Amino acid sequence: MEQELKGILNELKVIVFRLQNEDYGVEVNQVKSIERLEQITRVPKTPKFVKGVINLRGVVTPIIDLRGRLELEESPYTEDTRIIIVAVEDLEIGLIVDAANDVIDVPSSLIEPAPKVVGGVKATYLRGVAKLENRLLILLNLNKVLNLEEIQQLEELEG
Amino acid sequence: MEMNQYLDMFIEESKEHLQAINDHLLLLEKEPSNIATVNEIFRSAHTLKGMSATMGFEDMANLTHEMENVLDQVRNGKLVVQTNMMDLIFQCVDILESMVVSIVNGGNGQHDVSSVIKHLRAIVSGESNDQGEQTGEQELLTLPVSELALDEFERSVIKQSIESGFTVFSVKTMVRDDCVLKAARAYMVFDSLESCGEIIKSIPTVDELEEEKFDKTFEVFLITKKQKSEIEKVVLGVSEIETVFIEEISLKETNSGQTLQEIHTSEQPSQVLASGEDVEHKNTTFKKSSTGKTIRVDIERLDILMNLFSELVIDRGRLEELSKESGNGALIEAVEHMSRISGDLQNIILNMRMVPIEQVFNRFPRMVRDLAKELNKKMDLVIEGAETELDRTVIDEIGDPLVHILRNSLDHGLESLEERVKTGKSETGTVLLKAYHSGNHVFIEIKDDGKGINREKVLKKALEKGVINEQQAQILTDKEVYDLLFTSGFSTAEKVSDISGRGVGLDVVKTKIESLGGMVSVDSTPGKGTTFLIQLPLTLSIISAMLVQIEGEKYAVPLSSIIETAVFKREQIMRAHQQDVIDFRGRIVPLVSLRNIFHIPLQDDHEKSEISVVIVRKGDKMAGLVVDSFIGQQEIVLKSLGKYLVNVFAISGATILGNGQVALIIDCNTLIK
Repeated sequence: MEQELKGILNELKVIVFRLQNEDYGVEVNQVKSIERLEQITRVPKTPKFVKGVINLRGVVTPIIDLRGRLELEESPYTEDTRIIIVAVEDLEIGLIVDAANDVIDVPSSLIEPAPKVVGGVKATYLRGVAKLENRLLILLNLNKVLNLEEIQQLEELEG
Repeated sequence: MEMNQYLDMFIEESKEHLQAINDHLLLLEKEPSNIATVNEIFRSAHTLKGMSATMGFEDMANLTHEMENVLDQVRNGKLVVQTNMMDLIFQCVDILESMVVSIVNGGNGQHDVSSVIKHLRAIVSGESNDQGEQTGEQELLTLPVSELALDEFERSVIKQSIESGFTVFSVKTMVRDDCVLKAARAYMVFDSLESCGEIIKSIPTVDELEEEKFDKTFEVFLITKKQKSEIEKVVLGVSEIETVFIEEISLKETNSGQTLQEIHTSEQPSQVLASGEDVEHKNTTFKKSSTGKTIRVDIERLDILMNLFSELVIDRGRLEELSKESGNGALIEAVEHMSRISGDLQNIILNMRMVPIEQVFNRFPRMVRDLAKELNKKMDLVIEGAETELDRTVIDEIGDPLVHILRNSLDHGLESLEERVKTGKSETGTVLLKAYHSGNHVFIEIKDDGKGINREKVLKKALEKGVINEQQAQILTDKEVYDLLFTSGFSTAEKVSDISGRGVGLDVVKTKIESLGGMVSVDSTPGKGTTFLIQLPLTLSIISAMLVQIEGEKYAVPLSSIIETAVFKREQIMRAHQQDVIDFRGRIVPLVSLRNIFHIPLQDDHEKSEISVVIVRKGDKMAGLVVDSFIGQQEIVLKSLGKYLVNVFAISGATILGNGQVALIIDCNTLIK
């Protein structure tokens, strides 16, 4: 109830990034920093979308490919590729995205529940979509995306 | 409340005092006539009362006050220690502990104490008499004061020794007035006396001596075959000793009292039966002298220090690398010097985080006492090596697994009273809890003299659970059968009791210990008993490791599991059971290709004529890890992979190398089968 009220009154500040030609957003308070792609140390025997770990100012931080995690097609990394470091509950994880370029305010009134599949991403991973003037912004539900139990299930599937 | 700033201190000290009361109560239960112990308990209770009253915890103050009344009667000889009194006081301690817990959690420490207080008052007014009191009183009356220093057991030991031709001396040593390290001198005297014979008792106790809780003299009872003059020479060989006074003890039935009285010259009885005032006075002087030597440091600060130092170690690695690359002699020299200093610093910091395992062991005597009552068994817990030090992080984690194993030994290991008598054992079972250092590890042994592990029972259970099949059951060695106990979902207790066997079994213990980088194993002799052996690393934060390279990837192998590194010719590889093996000093060692296990992408394809192998071991099993090249030995800082990546196969963590890159640490235990 309280959250809903807050939602109506407030605007949501989101970081906008690109994945496969779609604009995605995560809440700014879940984002710790945005890093350039650097050398990633591969961790063997982990799900395919786990790219490994990096040294983030003395902290060993796991990195996942967000395309892979959302079951989109993975693509080679470019000059624009960025790592968004997010903190959800007590997890700190880096997400590899195609590009990250914007911080915008989204009026909560513009956010609608997500349809079943948007841009190939299942609705369970989404918080909703926001229809802005000239584009569609897909808001991610990071808690779901980074859910450990689900990952363990995936691991078991991959065997 | 302005008292808030003292709250932490209050909690810490309350815990210490409660622990002290617990310890001394257990002692008192063993030797009920020892007034010195009662004094110790009284003092702790008194301090607790004062502290809690100041902090405004009324219930706590009331309860301790009533406890004090009972204890006061005891030390003044008006009451005698009995079982029901002990139980009641133990109950009080439990309530006090729960109050402290409540205070820690932000509560006000309130607890209904009225019924306990009523019982305590009843004891003070002498309403609950039973036969124990009478016999106790008689004992008190007939025993000469000084004999309080020796209990029944010690006297019988002395008597037996004399009968078998030994001499028993009372060695009273006085250190010089200006002696600085009294405890150290006492230790040296002990050490040298121990080379002459066996020490059966000391006044004050060894613990008190170590804590310098004595004035100038201390007394030791020594069983030996040596002459008086020889012993005198040995003791005086220790420096800063003023005088030594040696008397032979001839504990004869007829004049035992007299002999002892002669030996215990004037100050001895006063020490044993010191009035409260006197003891308290001594205590304050002791406290004064110790304040200058130690300070309390918040654990968190030590953790921060450790983290900062870890960063420094990483930079040190980087600097070493850079200086070598530059080839500048002066720079290399400076960096080497810095490395040495930071090495010393590292030792000091790691040492600062070392805590005696006593902290964990402390709570066990009480637990065993309660369990014994509950299970209706008689058991003694013998603790050895409680002073063994371990890193704080390990200490924090090791408590639960130990409780589990201990409960297991008490519940399943030790037989019931009747069974023990039937098999000709003494009624009282013994569980030995022993800690000791060895190399870079600390070992903890839990040994009971119970019925041992029943091989057939374990096999039957394992077959039932489908852990093994019939064929395997035939060929497994005893040791392998015992190890089955650690498989998940395994519990041998036929009757599920409240104490252990709650489904979660020893497999949880094993997982926990392995997550600490340790190992656990079990050995057993049917009819004689069972021994659990836990091996733990000294520290978890900085370890020595060998860096190896496979293709483009670098991995660290903890030095503690490496036996040797070696280079073999390709022709030396043999095949056995579809497995590459090599002959390493006459032993057939299986080869493990890290490239295959870790699916490391190939970079150059040509096969080299030689292979580099790191020979690692787990217990008495070995394996050879095949790598491309050895980079070198280095101190590495252990970092966890985080909560997102859990249970990664064969990887125990990560570390940051000098160039800022992350390298994974290989968990050799999982690679050896």
